[in-house]
Amino acid sequence: MADQALFADLAMEYMPALYTAALRMTRNAADAEDLVQETYLRAYRGFNTFELGTNLKAWLYRILTNTYINSYRAKKRRPEVTDVEDVEDLYLYRHLAGDGAGTQGRSAEDEALERFTDTDVKEAIESLPENFRIAVLLADVEGFSYKEIAEITGVPIGTVMSRIHRGRKALQKALLDRGRTLGLVGADEGR
Amino acid sequence: MEPPAGFVECDESIERLYAYLDGELTEERRVEITRHLDLCGPCVRAYGFESELRKVIASRCKDRVPESLVSRVAAALAAEQAHGKG
Repeated sequence: MADQALFADLAMEYMPALYTAALRMTRNAADAEDLVQETYLRAYRGFNTFELGTNLKAWLYRILTNTYINSYRAKKRRPEVTDVEDVEDLYLYRHLAGDGAGTQGRSAEDEALERFTDTDVKEAIESLPENFRIAVLLADVEGFSYKEIAEITGVPIGTVMSRIHRGRKALQKALLDRGRTLGLVGADEGR
Repeated sequence: MEPPAGFVECDESIERLYAYLDGELTEERRVEITRHLDLCGPCVRAYGFESELRKVIASRCKDRVPESLVSRVAAALAAEQAHGKG
């Protein structure tokens, strides 16, 4: 059983990561801040159920995700995308890869990738349907394993894998669409 | 028909791409894919890109935590602690 007096020392370092996740979930800065505060309070109150030495980061994310689902999801400040067109594997790669090399020994596709800004990536993630958004967030931004994501979200591993796979493809489509709209990438630089 | 043990075609290697990059394959499968990558330039390039994409997504997706949020949370926790059982 963990001592609440230790909580701040152990948990505060995760705030940047939790805040980033909260922003992608709520898509609203004020809600994200409230969500983070509520998460820390709930975590503090429940800290005596946490087993020291086990995965604190995953435990905090579980509280964040549950709090989001129970309290913030209903707010829907922006229209929710519910369905996305399924695209083929290696979607972004196929559309960015040119025939030759890029400049300075880098590939054309790596160079194209460099042109995407923080805003491009964040908005692309935030445009995804929620289940995909949360799965991709946990896997690609936070680096959790499939098993950890299953524990955090309370869904079976098979579902986690499917959401990650489809979510990544949906993210690639969102990035390419955005890149084209902004003129970062050509109409079709790929083969 | 199953290919000979240890021999994987490009289609199958792409199918397993995510599990491979996520470190979620069994040892046996991982060895199969690594062997395929040793021999297949196009797949190496595709894997390289997907791996790079993952890094770009993680590095572009950072936010500065407002100092006011840090103080707010610290204050809220302190208040909880003060009102807690002695």
